[in-house]
Amino acid sequence: MEEIRSTLLEILEGLHPDEDFENCTELVDGKVLDSFDIVTLISDINDEFDVVISADKIVPENFNSLDALCELISSLMDED
Amino acid sequence: MLFTSYEFLGFILILFVVYYLIPKKCQWPLLLVASYVFYFIAGPEYLIYILVTTLTTYLTARKIESNANNQSKYIKEHKAELSKEEKKNYKDKQKKIRMRWVAACIILNIGILAVVKYSNFMIDNVNGVLSMFHQTRQLSYLTLALPLGISFYTFQAVGYLIDVYRGAYPAEKNVFKFALFVSFFPQLIQGPISRFSDLSKTLYEEHAFDSKKVCYGLQRILWGYFKKMVIADRILVAVNTIIKDTATYNGAYIFVGMLFYTLELYADFTGGIDITIGIAETMGITVQENFNRPYFSKSLKEYWRRWHITMCSWFRDYLFYPVSTCKAMQKFSKFSAKHFGKVVGRRLPLYLSSFVVWFATGIWHGANWNFIVWGLLNWAVLMISEELEPLYAKFHNRFPVEEKNWYKVFQIGRTFLLVCVLNIFDCYSALSTTFGMLASMFTVGNWHILWDGSLMNLGLTALDYVILAMGVMVLLGVSLLQRRGSVRDRIAAQAYPVRVCIWYGLFLVILLMGAYGIGYDASQFIYNQF
Repeated sequence: MEEIRSTLLEILEGLHPDEDFENCTELVDGKVLDSFDIVTLISDINDEFDVVISADKIVPENFNSLDALCELISSLMDED
Repeated sequence: MLFTSYEFLGFILILFVVYYLIPKKCQWPLLLVASYVFYFIAGPEYLIYILVTTLTTYLTARKIESNANNQSKYIKEHKAELSKEEKKNYKDKQKKIRMRWVAACIILNIGILAVVKYSNFMIDNVNGVLSMFHQTRQLSYLTLALPLGISFYTFQAVGYLIDVYRGAYPAEKNVFKFALFVSFFPQLIQGPISRFSDLSKTLYEEHAFDSKKVCYGLQRILWGYFKKMVIADRILVAVNTIIKDTATYNGAYIFVGMLFYTLELYADFTGGIDITIGIAETMGITVQENFNRPYFSKSLKEYWRRWHITMCSWFRDYLFYPVSTCKAMQKFSKFSAKHFGKVVGRRLPLYLSSFVVWFATGIWHGANWNFIVWGLLNWAVLMISEELEPLYAKFHNRFPVEEKNWYKVFQIGRTFLLVCVLNIFDCYSALSTTFGMLASMFTVGNWHILWDGSLMNLGLTALDYVILAMGVMVLLGVSLLQRRGSVRDRIAAQAYPVRVCIWYGLFLVILLMGAYGIGYDASQFIYNQF
C-alpha cells in the first residue's frame, strides 16, 4: 500500500506541483482535479499499476483524496 | 402551456391548494397526474413518446438489477466450487448481458430523439449531397412534431439507467414513481436535467405545509418572472429586429445584437429555471441548481462549469468519462505515446473525447450546422486554452497580476465577450450569414449607431432602455450579493416593512414593466426548443 501511495503521490504532483495532496480530502469537490486531470490520472494509473479504472468508478468518493485513490487501486488490483 | 400564461398560473394555483389539502401520501401521485395533464395539454400525441421512454427505461433498469442480484446469489451459492478465474468469467458474462440490455434501451430512446429531432436535418444534408452530384432526385421532408421536453426527459431517463447499471443506486420498483421522475412537469419545459439520486430524495416524500419554503419558492418564482418578462421578453424585440434584417442590421448592430442576445439568453434561461425551482420549492421539492453566476467566469472552462450545470455534468459523466476511459481510447493513448511521445499520448485521447462531447453538445442544442459549429468552436477555444496553459503560467509568474482586481475584471470581460461571440451562432440558421455578420463588425464602419439614436429604431423606446438598464443593474447587484450567500436569507433578515417593499415592489415591477401588449410576445423559453 505504501508503494502505491508514493507512486500515486508522484503522479498527482506531476499534475499539480503546488497542491498538498497528502492532506487534501476534496480533490474533486474542491475542484483541484478537473475532468481532464481525472482522465490523465486514470491513464497514468493504468500505465503504472496495470489496472483499468472504468467510468463507473469515477465518482468523487474515489478521487477526493490520496487515501481514497489508493484504496481504489488496491481493490482493483485485488480483483485482478 | 406557457410558464407566462394565465392558464399556467391557474394550473399551478389549483395544484398547490389541492397538494396541501389531500392526504400527504397522495401528494406524489397528484404530481404525476398533474404532470401528465400538463403534458396532455401540450399535445396529446406526445404522450406516447414519454410513455415509451418511461416504460422501456423502467423495465430495463429492473431487468439489469434482477440480473445483478441473480449474479450475486449464484456466486454466493457456488462460492466453494468456483475458482477465481471462473468467477471472473461468470461476472464478465453477466456484465455483458446487462450491458446489452442497457445499450438496447439507450439506442431505442436516443433513437426516438434522433428520429423526431434530427430526421429532417439528415434529409437536408443528404439532399445537399445529392445536389452537389447534380442529382435531381430529392428526399421528402418528414412532418414530425417535436415532443415537449424530449431532450431533457430522455437524458434524465438515460442517466438513471446508466446509474442503475453502474450500481450507483437500486432501480425504482414503483413504475408510477419512476414515471413522475421522468415527467415532473416544472422541469419538462427546459430542465434542469435532474439525477434520480438527487430529485427522488424529496420528490416522493410527504410534505407538510412549510410557510418558509412556500414563501421562498414564491420569491424565487417572482424573481424568475422578473428576469423573463421584464428583461428577456423586452430585449427579445430588439434581438429579433437585428436578426431578421441582415441587410440593414449589420456591422456595429451585430455587436449590439450579440450583447442583447447574451443578456436575453441569460434572463430567459435562468429565469425559467428560477420558476421551475421555485414551483418545486413551494411543494417542498428540491430541484438541482443549474447556474452559478456564469457571467462572472474568468475563463470559458470556468463558464462551462457554471452555465447549464446539469447538462454539462451529464455529458461529463455519461459521455466524456466513458469515451475517454474506454479500452479503445486507452489503446489509442498508448499508441500515440509510443509514436508521438508521452505528452501527445496523454493529450490526443483527451482532445478526441472532448471533440465527441462538444459535437454532441452542439447537436443537442439543435438540428442545424450552426449549433454543431458553435459546439466545435467552444471545443477549439477550450483546447487552445488548455495548450496555452503553460504560457499563461509563465506570464503569471513573470507578472503576478492574477490576484489584482483589475485583472480579474479584465478576465471576466474577456470571457463574457467570447461567450457573446459564440452565442451569435444561435441566432442565424445559415452559417454563411453568421460568419458574414461577424465579419461585418470589422468591415462596415457604422459604429456611430451606438450614439446617433439609431438604436431607437430597434423596436424599443427610451423607456424600454431605461427599464432594461435598471434590470441589468438589479441582476448585477443580486449576482454580486450572491457571492456572500443566499440573497433571500439576507432579505428575510430585514425588518418587515423592508421585506414587504422588496417583494411587493418586485411584483409591481413585473405587473407594470413586464413586456406585454402590441409588439411584445409572451414568448416560449429559448431552451424549450432544445
